[in-house]
Amino acid sequence: MTALTVAGLTLREASRRRVIWALVVLTAALLGLSAWGFAKLAGLETSQGTLTSGESRLVASLVLNLVMFGMSLIAALGTAFLAGPTLAGEIESGMALAVLARPVRRPSVLLGKWLGLVVFGCGYVAVAGVAQFLIVRATVGYWPPSPVAGLALLAGQTVVLLTLALLLSSVVSTMASGIVAVGLFGATWVAGVVGGVGEALGNDGVARVGTVSRILLPTDGLWRGAMHAFQDPTALAQFGFERSGSPFLSEAPLTGVYLAWAAVWVAMVWGLTALSFRRRDV
Amino acid sequence: MTTETAGTAADLVAALPPSPAVWCSGLRKRYGRRTAVDDVSFTMQRGEVLGLLGPNGAGKTSVIKMLLGLVRPDAGEVMLLGRPARDPRARTGVGYLPELFRYQPWLTAAEVLALHVRLARVRVPADEQHDCLALVGLAARADDRVGGFSKGMQQRLGLAVALVARPELVVLDEPTSALDPLGRVDVRDLVLALKARGVSVLLNSHLIGEVERVCDRVLILDDGRVAASGTLDELLGQQEVRLHLTGVDARAAARLGRGISRTGDWFTVAVPPDDGGAAVPDLVRDLVGLGVRVHAVEPGRISLEERLLGILRHDAGAGDLDGGS
Repeated sequence: MTALTVAGLTLREASRRRVIWALVVLTAALLGLSAWGFAKLAGLETSQGTLTSGESRLVASLVLNLVMFGMSLIAALGTAFLAGPTLAGEIESGMALAVLARPVRRPSVLLGKWLGLVVFGCGYVAVAGVAQFLIVRATVGYWPPSPVAGLALLAGQTVVLLTLALLLSSVVSTMASGIVAVGLFGATWVAGVVGGVGEALGNDGVARVGTVSRILLPTDGLWRGAMHAFQDPTALAQFGFERSGSPFLSEAPLTGVYLAWAAVWVAMVWGLTALSFRRRDV
Repeated sequence: MTTETAGTAADLVAALPPSPAVWCSGLRKRYGRRTAVDDVSFTMQRGEVLGLLGPNGAGKTSVIKMLLGLVRPDAGEVMLLGRPARDPRARTGVGYLPELFRYQPWLTAAEVLALHVRLARVRVPADEQHDCLALVGLAARADDRVGGFSKGMQQRLGLAVALVARPELVVLDEPTSALDPLGRVDVRDLVLALKARGVSVLLNSHLIGEVERVCDRVLILDDGRVAASGTLDELLGQQEVRLHLTGVDARAAARLGRGISRTGDWFTVAVPPDDGGAAVPDLVRDLVGLGVRVHAVEPGRISLEERLLGILRHDAGAGDLDGGS
């Protein structure tokens, strides 16, 4: 009951604060630019003549992944900066005092905030993602092979990051929690790219960088799973791109074990946040 | 037979005196090396208005936050309205206005009240919520976003939040800090109205006059400890006399005792409330016997402010009072 009330409050906060307008503007800009880019791609002529259908599907996969990465970045930034103020900011400003003095359990309040942010983040990914797919289909006639699974993984990435931002926000200040969460997200992505290069070069040591970072923070792993769901496997195989090391192409789908690990990771970090929030003096 | 027994037991329970509004024992809190609250214990009865006084940093707000489960005590126990404070349900009947207040700026005043009613799990009709806003003078601003409110208006909203869920215990931490003189009078009337309805009020305020006017009992904290506590009569019932004396030597000063204040030749001496009427004549007789010339003896009553200052300046002044409650 408390959790649902707080979830509703968090959603209302998200919808009434400026963050939502920043998200809308950024997303509209990204969608507009990608529509323009894909429209140009449709009639692209290279030095070797017009693109074949296979080539254009490969390029569409690559560019779609690139644009979806931009979108996942917006979702990550948006949710991290919404999750940051929700605990640390309310404690700093004294807003939490009147709420926590009510007959509520702190884990219920935390669950409500988390649920509200999850609904907001997943809603954003679904709406913006579907809009992007429609643009790609209208411009170059490409439709990703597993759109629902891909968006679900992208939403999973958002959930991982907002859970981390909530944990940080229960121990450090508002600004710091947002910045650290986004910084870790970026660092994991870079480590993933480094790991991909290592795999392409057959260097196990370098490849391990990506593997370890994907276990420590599952954002990049889930993102690679999402890319795999968005790209055309036949086009990749045709041009021998399966082991390219490209940051915007994924070689393999996610394993069930990794998905389970991501779920366990979220549960663990949530539990730590609940523990830290329960002991926190406000 | 069984029904009869159950009835008797229920009667017995019903006949028990109501549990105190607040009971706490041995509260202790350290922040790093600094001890903010040290062994604070007190009881606050139902329907009582208890004033919390003390200098800045005395631990008043920390005590309040420990009572409400906002700060974890290092030691000690708390019961609110008959339930251990570990159980969140203990706070069902509690309304709280924090010292540092801010309410969700993206909500309207009416939405803030509706939120608190839901969190308190009490059914309060919309009309009653609106009446609560009217009580603090915000009826016309019910549908305005809180973000546009002045500090004084936010404090009024905080009072409405503290009162909206039909509380049995109201905790007001510096309720008048952002209010103008008119607002202060409103708060005083509000506390008196709560008292008339049998609601217990714990009032922390720097304004001693405010406390003196509305409180039944006062708890004085100093340096994290209870320096004194008692009813206003117990604290102030003590008379004082002003004596105009000349020729006061060391022996006469010793007879006057500690805790006196002196302005020129005027000496102010506290008289214990249970002196039986003999203390002043005995003192004058002894002073004359010691060769002191007594020019004038005037009765006077100590104000709460003077009493508070006396207690805080030298804790020995609290010796004749209940030192721990």
